[in-house]
Amino acid sequence: MAVQTDSFADMALQVKKDHRKMKWFQFQRLLRRKTALLSLIILILALLAALFAPVIAPYPDQGMGAVNLEHRLKAPGSHYALGTDIYGRDMVSRVVFGARISLFGGICIVICAAVIGVPLGLWAGYNEGISGAVISRTVELFLSFPSTLIAMAISILIGAGWSTAIIALIIPWWPWYTRLVQAEVLSIKQTLFVEAAQMLGYGKIYIIFRHLLPNVMTPVMVMILLDLGPAIITIGLLSFIGLGTQPPMADWGLMVWEGAPNILSEWWISVVPGCAMFIVVIAFNIFGDALKDILDTSG
Amino acid sequence: MKPPLIELEKVNTWFPGSKTILGKPRSWIKAVSDVSLNIIAGECLGLVGESGCGKSTLGRTVLRIAPLHSGEIRFLGDPIGTLSSKELKPYRSKMQMVFQDPKASLNPKMTIFDILKEALVLNTRVEKHAYLEQAVELLHLVDLRSEHIYRYPHEFSGGQQQRICIARALATDPRFIVFDEATSALDVSVQAQVINLMKNLQNTFNLTYLFISHDLSIMEHVCSRVAVMYAGQIVEIQDSRALFDTPRHPYTKSLKNAVPVADPEESNTLEVLKGEVPKLSDPPSGCHFHPRCNYAQDICKEKSPLKSETGDHSWVRCHFHETLWAQGTLIDN
Repeated sequence: MAVQTDSFADMALQVKKDHRKMKWFQFQRLLRRKTALLSLIILILALLAALFAPVIAPYPDQGMGAVNLEHRLKAPGSHYALGTDIYGRDMVSRVVFGARISLFGGICIVICAAVIGVPLGLWAGYNEGISGAVISRTVELFLSFPSTLIAMAISILIGAGWSTAIIALIIPWWPWYTRLVQAEVLSIKQTLFVEAAQMLGYGKIYIIFRHLLPNVMTPVMVMILLDLGPAIITIGLLSFIGLGTQPPMADWGLMVWEGAPNILSEWWISVVPGCAMFIVVIAFNIFGDALKDILDTSG
Repeated sequence: MKPPLIELEKVNTWFPGSKTILGKPRSWIKAVSDVSLNIIAGECLGLVGESGCGKSTLGRTVLRIAPLHSGEIRFLGDPIGTLSSKELKPYRSKMQMVFQDPKASLNPKMTIFDILKEALVLNTRVEKHAYLEQAVELLHLVDLRSEHIYRYPHEFSGGQQQRICIARALATDPRFIVFDEATSALDVSVQAQVINLMKNLQNTFNLTYLFISHDLSIMEHVCSRVAVMYAGQIVEIQDSRALFDTPRHPYTKSLKNAVPVADPEESNTLEVLKGEVPKLSDPPSGCHFHPRCNYAQDICKEKSPLKSETGDHSWVRCHFHETLWAQGTLIDN
């Protein structure tokens, strides 16, 4: 080669600069997608609403649970924009306060389940020895019972309450991630790029985190986004039977369940928190999808 | 005489076939049986054979990726056949491999720089701050441009991907590279590019190649010596020219006959071997080739033929190679 080594150094500097420009360009591309931008705004608004609930809610005391019996079951109107529930509490305030519990609870459940489940799945998929078999059998054991039943049993065992309900839901939730990741890894570990890394002399842990993990992240992200809705609903279910969020506190899932008996006459009690949940989950999905498209590197 | 870079001594690579309940293998698939072979420093040794004859497995065995059942492998005299993966580390960077499918051998989630850096880290000659510079230099060596370095593998064509794989193999500063059907997945024109690149790099860096392929016609251009493999055994080794002109083993002759000739005047039916490649879980007795050989006699069923030297670094394993040679049966007119 005729080119001198110092010119390779110059080229290296140049490509580094270009690369930084490229990354900024990618971020701009994400924001230029209208749906992605809209969903990002919705998510930020929901987060702000949760953080500043006492300031935003028209009736903060009702949002926190104060009853207002003379205005029970008011339909949406000028005074109560989205109506009132069976205790006369303003639905707007309830939904805004509920965002605190539901959003944080739902995100907490799926993230923890993924954080526990994904590494176990990576290990079980890559090692077919005894440790892998133990993980697989444990996963099958959990998956063979209805997860709500397990969560109920655990809640009863460790005591009712919002935080214990979350722990009780993480325990039956992580095996789904383990199984998803394990199945993915079984096919990825046969590929030549894994063999090439072995040929370079890299060990198990390196290959798992550098080669397998990035290649299973796409399905895991999709599953996290899809699981958010069900997670919020299931905390609500536990709350409804008295094992989760304790009644005066607002919780979207609990509100949906509370309104269910009167759905035909006082529909807003279920539909308003249901819509809130729907919008947030859809926003998460659209944003996640756009993010995936832009970061997708597999063509 | 040049010293051998790699010596294989009675190498057997067996994979467990069916297993008992306790997980012990009940039968073995004998992908490579009893192969002894020297690879001379600086040569390009071709390894040719039908699909499923164990040639890829032999390549992987040399690099200690496939499980060695028995036998010994020596790299520059050091026995590496029984080393643990930790002890193998210093040898790993000296021996690299390029695979058939370039797309599958590059991690789709890593940039070209990440891919090359992974190999450069093992090269003790490269300092930490110079990885990017070295990676750029490697890309130039394989005729790619520096602005390609932060791209992902899917943004390249098959030929470019294969050149990235070659760059990765070069990054560790190796002595020996195995090309496992490295050109089979490419278009003919791209094939030629990659082969020329391989040859240039071999001269520049004084590399030794093991070139595995099922394509006999490429062998003639690329390799200095060619080994012919059949059902897990090497049946013949000769200089690539001589192998074409004067095959000494009946199997080599039939392989050669199966290569289509680009001449419309020639008869358009090819002489094709009868029968199938034997199952490696239950290879034939004696000479593995006897059920399909036109010249087989009783002794071929009973006794496995020994190596007989036919020249410098050339040998053949056939009971009747002397008679066939004397009669000129295997030589075209």
